[in-house]
Amino acid sequence: MAELKALTALGGYEPRVDEFAGLIIREVTDRALASLAARLGSEADCAAAAKGLLGAVLPEPATWVAGGDFTAWWMGPDQWMIDADYASHTLLAAELKSVVGGAGSVTEQTDGWCRFDLEGSSCFDVLERLCQLDLRSGTAGDAQRTALEHVGCFLLCREPGRHYSLLGPRSSAGSLHHALMTAAGSVL
Amino acid sequence: MSDMTVNSGVAFTSDRAAKGTAKGQSHRLTGGLVERAKPLSFTFDGKTFQGFEGDTLASALMANGVKLMGRSFKYHRPRGVLTAGSEEPNALVELRSGARQEPNTRATVAELYDGLEAKSQNRWPSLEHDMLSINDKLSNFLTAGFYYKTFMWPKTFWEKLYEPIIRRAAGLGSASGEEDPDVYDKGFLHCDLLIIGAGPAGLAAALTAGRSGARVILTEEDFLLGGRLNAESFGLGDMSGMDWVGQTQAELAAMDNVRILPRCTVIGSYDHGVYGAVERLADHVLAPEPGKPRQILWRIYSKRALLCAGSTERPIAFENNDRPGIMLAGAMRAYANRWAVTPDQRVAIFTNNDDGHRTATDLIAKGVEVAAVVDTRADAPTVEGTELFAGAQVVDTKGKLGLEWIRIRTASGVTRDIPVGALGVSGGWNPNVHLTCHQRGKPEWREDIAAFVPAGDIPVGMSVAGAANGAFSTSAALRTGADSAVASLAALGFDVAPADLPEAEDAPVNVTPFWFVKEGKGRAWIDQQNDVTVKDVKLAHQENFRSVEHLKRYTTLGMATDQGKTSNMGGLAVMAELAGKEIPQIGTTIFRPPYTPVAMGTFGGRSRGKEFRPTRLTPSHKWAAENGATFVEVGQWLRAQWYEKPGETHWRQSVDREALATRSSVGICDVTTLGKIDVQGADAATFLNRIYANAFGKLAVGKVRYGLMLREDGICYDDGTAARFAEDHFVVTTTTANAVVVYRNMEFARQCLWPDLDVQIISTTEAWAQFAVAGPKSRDLLRKIVDADHDISNEAFPFMGCAEITVCGGVRARLFRISFSGEMAYEIAVPTRYGNAMMEALMEAGEAFGATPYGTEALGVMRIEKGHVTGNELNGTTTALNIGLGRMVSQKKDSIGTVNSRREGLNAEDALNLVGLKPVAATEPVVPGSHLMAETGEVHAKTDQGYVTSAAYSPHIGSSIGLGFLKNGSARMGERLRAVNPLQGQEVLVEVVSAHFIDPEGERLRG
Repeated sequence: MAELKALTALGGYEPRVDEFAGLIIREVTDRALASLAARLGSEADCAAAAKGLLGAVLPEPATWVAGGDFTAWWMGPDQWMIDADYASHTLLAAELKSVVGGAGSVTEQTDGWCRFDLEGSSCFDVLERLCQLDLRSGTAGDAQRTALEHVGCFLLCREPGRHYSLLGPRSSAGSLHHALMTAAGSVL
Repeated sequence: MSDMTVNSGVAFTSDRAAKGTAKGQSHRLTGGLVERAKPLSFTFDGKTFQGFEGDTLASALMANGVKLMGRSFKYHRPRGVLTAGSEEPNALVELRSGARQEPNTRATVAELYDGLEAKSQNRWPSLEHDMLSINDKLSNFLTAGFYYKTFMWPKTFWEKLYEPIIRRAAGLGSASGEEDPDVYDKGFLHCDLLIIGAGPAGLAAALTAGRSGARVILTEEDFLLGGRLNAESFGLGDMSGMDWVGQTQAELAAMDNVRILPRCTVIGSYDHGVYGAVERLADHVLAPEPGKPRQILWRIYSKRALLCAGSTERPIAFENNDRPGIMLAGAMRAYANRWAVTPDQRVAIFTNNDDGHRTATDLIAKGVEVAAVVDTRADAPTVEGTELFAGAQVVDTKGKLGLEWIRIRTASGVTRDIPVGALGVSGGWNPNVHLTCHQRGKPEWREDIAAFVPAGDIPVGMSVAGAANGAFSTSAALRTGADSAVASLAALGFDVAPADLPEAEDAPVNVTPFWFVKEGKGRAWIDQQNDVTVKDVKLAHQENFRSVEHLKRYTTLGMATDQGKTSNMGGLAVMAELAGKEIPQIGTTIFRPPYTPVAMGTFGGRSRGKEFRPTRLTPSHKWAAENGATFVEVGQWLRAQWYEKPGETHWRQSVDREALATRSSVGICDVTTLGKIDVQGADAATFLNRIYANAFGKLAVGKVRYGLMLREDGICYDDGTAARFAEDHFVVTTTTANAVVVYRNMEFARQCLWPDLDVQIISTTEAWAQFAVAGPKSRDLLRKIVDADHDISNEAFPFMGCAEITVCGGVRARLFRISFSGEMAYEIAVPTRYGNAMMEALMEAGEAFGATPYGTEALGVMRIEKGHVTGNELNGTTTALNIGLGRMVSQKKDSIGTVNSRREGLNAEDALNLVGLKPVAATEPVVPGSHLMAETGEVHAKTDQGYVTSAAYSPHIGSSIGLGFLKNGSARMGERLRAVNPLQGQEVLVEVVSAHFIDPEGERLRG
């Protein structure tokens, strides 16, 4: 039996890159994702175990933190998304579960999401045509839930005005990408 | 230049070089804010004219001596420009041509560009010779309410005959009928202080706020900032008003914290400090750049808002006050000062307040002959350079397609005719309170300025400054603008001082209310856009339509594109007088968004055609598209409906083939769209036991169970399966349609109903690509895919088993032994990235068995054959009992909906039961939606016995088959009924059979 060949969320064999004057839109495909939710009554143990893995305290609402190989952002009460390099943490969910044990519920999310990174000086101008977040007053470390093209997404600010990561449901990757391209075309 | 202080009538004799070089601009004056070095060509009704950059279409037409710009809505009266702004009721044109043609464009705000094309509207064959001006002669018959009284019978004639004729005769512009070629964006902005309007108040506020460091958005509907400062001749400090605007704009533009949006109209005020605004990016050019939006609809989130929307001048009604050349005095002044044009070389003024005198003074200074100032006040102040008629009124006018003379009645009672080509009218000014009323604020009457001002429940966080708040002098506008900005920002914690402001005129408001001239039998126009006269208001009063809202509906006063900006006040003043009430007792009509007309495309934004909403693609979409799939929208998903093979000419051929191949060998279907919810926690089993109506507590690890979910009211709303992968880990599947609803309900139950349970849930619908592999050869096929160390024999992996396995040499996968088709079947899931490759691998592995991909149609055929329910049967009215699964509702535990499912009415003896339906004649169709009636007898709601929910052609049965609900249906097998469809005149004799057309004992799926 032939080896199964992976497709990107946009349906290609390689991640897509689109360049505009002042903006690059990159499809990001090399990340593993797993959700972590603390078990009832084990919140402190879960947080401590996660800190052991991340080397950082699990983030507060609407923020993300990075620690070692991992990035984590808040998704809901006592719930976070953990992100790591796919090649070196392919089985991220299992890895995370082995750390938190009975203190947390872990679910593989790697292929549940698509991700587009926006880089360049025009991020504010393009994103203000797409989502209602007040990005101009945002700071690096923000991780906000927002609707973009009617689709529920996370938007992580890596550098205000210059670098963002947009994560949306994988099945809507095409629509999200279309919306990004359209807005970039409008502005740039 | 000649001496400008004397009314010498020199405007048209001055040096041509000083007035510009463009030909034909006979009515162009000196000065103004037009770029004489940039002449622009445009056409109006096919005739070519020239204007300058900085002109509007109205000012450019006026420069060329054009007064007649349109025909009125109902009577086709010749009309000219009334205003110099967005409140214009008359000068409406069709702008541009072809698909871009936009009707009802106000010439007063249409910025001139080279190549502009405009056409007058509502006339035939031409503006000068409009045949329908016959309506004007019939005006005695065409008063308010005329249609409703006249075209009463026969009733059917209204829609087919009367209304089309009336609509053709009375109307505004016409739409192109073509698709709008432009694109529109939406966007979101945030600020501490939104300043609406960049006149003196708005600019003073913006300077103050900008210097404090607050985030400021300053919007201005005009293409120039400055508001009335551009239209007035007086200075600010030692500068001209226009120079002060330029200096202020330069300072604001240099501030990073201030965003200036010219050509941007705030159209509505909404909850929580949210404002809607339309920015016109490309209305002042021939066409937008390709791919760039014409307009943007902004949603502005403000912490505070300051309305500096200025005020609108109101006319005085008198007989024949609508002739081209009669306009608002403030507009006449604006045309002269800002655009350096005059409607005529000889004009007069009719006013009840001091502001009207300013127009006379400014026009005289510009060299225009002002023949008379007619002031209703006996104590009117004197004015230099013209004749003043104090205590006088304009009582009539004459002129064919434009004003030729006015008749006045002087204080002494004699009449006098004065030949003039234009008349400036001022009845005072109304603050633009609109946005303060969008959340039901009710303006209050201020006697000292004879106008309504914002009051009561104005939107939270909003304050009002300048003329919009009744502070009419320039000095008061500047001061209140700056002070309001200080107050708004202080509430946000900014320590800020008002900007230093220049000296400015501070004239008091001297106005004596005067709404309409009582003399004369002819028509005195109040609402020129809707052809509403003083008489119409009287008629409304006489016929008891006396509330302002009734007055509006009866006469159409204040409707259409201008929303009565220049007419509402006059209408309610007349009504007040007739009713013997004070104006504040009459009140105003409700103000609603949008403030000015907005193109439909602007509201639609990018949500057009296929981009109307986002789509969701299945993991094997690429393969399906490459293999002849026709897609169907299922919610946002695009699913393969069937796969057409070469030679197939009808979809039924494809669907029959797919269903037959699946039942005879093996078929493959992408079922990723079904919802998948990961449920974990020590109490996961307890949780599911409460969510599902049937028992889940004792489901063994490695097993799957079918489950029913009820609403609180006991009605079935979703079905699916839950697979137990560990003591504390389940994967729940839902129907495609209810994936989100079930998740939301589970989240509500987890957080709100049972917060004491240790349960965590998250959707994994998108993370796994899942395929149904169904048919007698399904196991053989999967053996070639599943890695050898996993035993999937019937003994090791029986019906309703589940396991985490690997496939294709180590790819993680989940295998479920479940069946929707009724055949031996599996569902296999792999990480979504491998979904497309998995489809390829399954097809390759299945080649020897003739493996066939099938779409949603074949899926539907097979589930109907098997009697499985879907949304058609779970239609929001049916219970577990109705669908034949009543015994699944466990009475040994409490779960959502169990108690209410026991209600007597839901358990009646003749309750609807799910049955199968077969046509007695095999060639006849079973039609979904048909109602079931006795074989003979009356077809009526009272004889209704049930209805057909689903139907399909079954290639296995060889006829159409259906599922439906029938009263006491379980006990009526073999009975014959009529399936009737009175809407389409269908009546089919059907036989009641078991809903399980195929393998009723369920032997195949356990094989």
